[in-house]
Amino acid sequence: MNNPAEAFVARVGGKALAFLEELGSLTWLAGNTAAEIGDRVAERRPPFRLADFFFQTARVGVGSLPMVILLSVFVGLTMALLTGYQLQKFGVTTLVPPVVGIAFTREMGPLFTGIVLASRIGAAFTAELGAMIAGGEVDALEAMGIGPLRYLVTPRWLAIFCMTPCLAVLSTLSGICGGAFISDLMLQLGYSFFFDQVMLNLMVKDILAGVFKSFVFGALIGLISCYKGLGVKGGAVGVGVATTSSVVTAVSSVIAFDSVINIFLVLLFP
Amino acid sequence: MKNRAFLEINGLKLKYGDKAVLDGVTLKIEPREVLVVMGLSGGGKTTLLNLLLRLMEPTSGTIMFRGEELLSLERRELNRARTRIGMVFQNAALISSMTVAENLALPLRELSDKTPKEIDKAIDEKLELVDLKDAREKLPGELSGGMKKRVGLARALMLDPELVLFDEPSAGLDPIATERIDDLILELKEEHNVTSIVVTHEMESAFAVASRMAFLDKGKIIFDGTPDEIKGTDNKVIQKFLAPYLAHERTGELHHANS
Repeated sequence: MNNPAEAFVARVGGKALAFLEELGSLTWLAGNTAAEIGDRVAERRPPFRLADFFFQTARVGVGSLPMVILLSVFVGLTMALLTGYQLQKFGVTTLVPPVVGIAFTREMGPLFTGIVLASRIGAAFTAELGAMIAGGEVDALEAMGIGPLRYLVTPRWLAIFCMTPCLAVLSTLSGICGGAFISDLMLQLGYSFFFDQVMLNLMVKDILAGVFKSFVFGALIGLISCYKGLGVKGGAVGVGVATTSSVVTAVSSVIAFDSVINIFLVLLFP
Repeated sequence: MKNRAFLEINGLKLKYGDKAVLDGVTLKIEPREVLVVMGLSGGGKTTLLNLLLRLMEPTSGTIMFRGEELLSLERRELNRARTRIGMVFQNAALISSMTVAENLALPLRELSDKTPKEIDKAIDEKLELVDLKDAREKLPGELSGGMKKRVGLARALMLDPELVLFDEPSAGLDPIATERIDDLILELKEEHNVTSIVVTHEMESAFAVASRMAFLDKGKIIFDGTPDEIKGTDNKVIQKFLAPYLAHERTGELHHANS
């Protein structure tokens, strides 16, 4: 392996193999969780406890709400302000409301929600499942005949899957409100004009695109964070490594999938 | 079916590459037996227990439990079989975010049709058995090592298993807590007809509870017999392993005779 080109190809090949392995393991986790749920349903037992699901939804939804709203208001405010100052040169500040409205509905709302949830909730899921692995608690669940994937992954995954679109909608509304506030204050665009323009220019496909994306982001963050947590090796250090990796992977995946979905949506629904 | 052993392990092997962790373990366990498995650290004792519950998959071999081949069971049947086997983990492995009562309720809540009232009653019964009624609402972090082990045992008994596996039940415990655990193992056998496999390093505990003993060395069973037989074995590894305990026992007997 003295040839640098050969070494480069080997390194790239190694990385590609590792990526495919991770992808295979993620699919294995999703498949086996579904199979364990199937076993429970066949036994006419609920696949998870509603109390566990509601506990997780409160944590994901209510718990993340202040951060999502705060972040969205400030981003909406900054976006309206900077766009407004540029558009002022051309005398078309009236374009600020549709720009902010469409950008937040299709893009910023779901994306910021995804990033906040990947770092706040994804990290928490990975750390707690990782600590359970390190403490032998997952083995204990399995030894008792309680499917640990069904028991641990299902309520968490379902909670983040359901809560991401809800939070994305609230993030969108907050961003638009932030934009309306600064537009009224500095761009001489009144609230009623701002909201009217948003409503006039928003199309159903923009709203559906945003909601669809947030479901995908929720599913991705839930799966990646649980996978990273259940794959912890090496005690406390392992939990730290997995948590970092979980946040990095989930945030990167959210951004990458956002781009891919945008390309498809623009091509399919121009 | 009648001639079949309660638990029969045949040629169980687990290999990682060239390294054999277990190299053809064969054991038979009869009902109400307390089989103590001893061996040097890293000899594969805990691995053996993990394989019995299929927390790990062996390279080859068979495990017949009550006439059922555990290694060929599908997930659903395997989970059903696991409810008949209780495991007391070395570190107790209690769910740290749940109270003692919630830990004990978990298997019943998830796997039985019992009502909350019946589950509550079962928790009280098991906590009374392990003498920990006052710990009901405590979190695992508030318990001592011995208490955690006893709660671990209570949880393992919640589904009334026929076989209980103990992984180092007295490791790190004081003599009084150790004696309490030993008494519980014997009580399970005498009063609840439970069969046990105990993996331990503690010689006094081993001889206090064992009805049979096996010695695992480098992945192989090099002795399988009664506690009296192991004391008279001519195997050098076992002699060396037992020497401190036997010397201590002889000193005790001598002291007793003199006084």
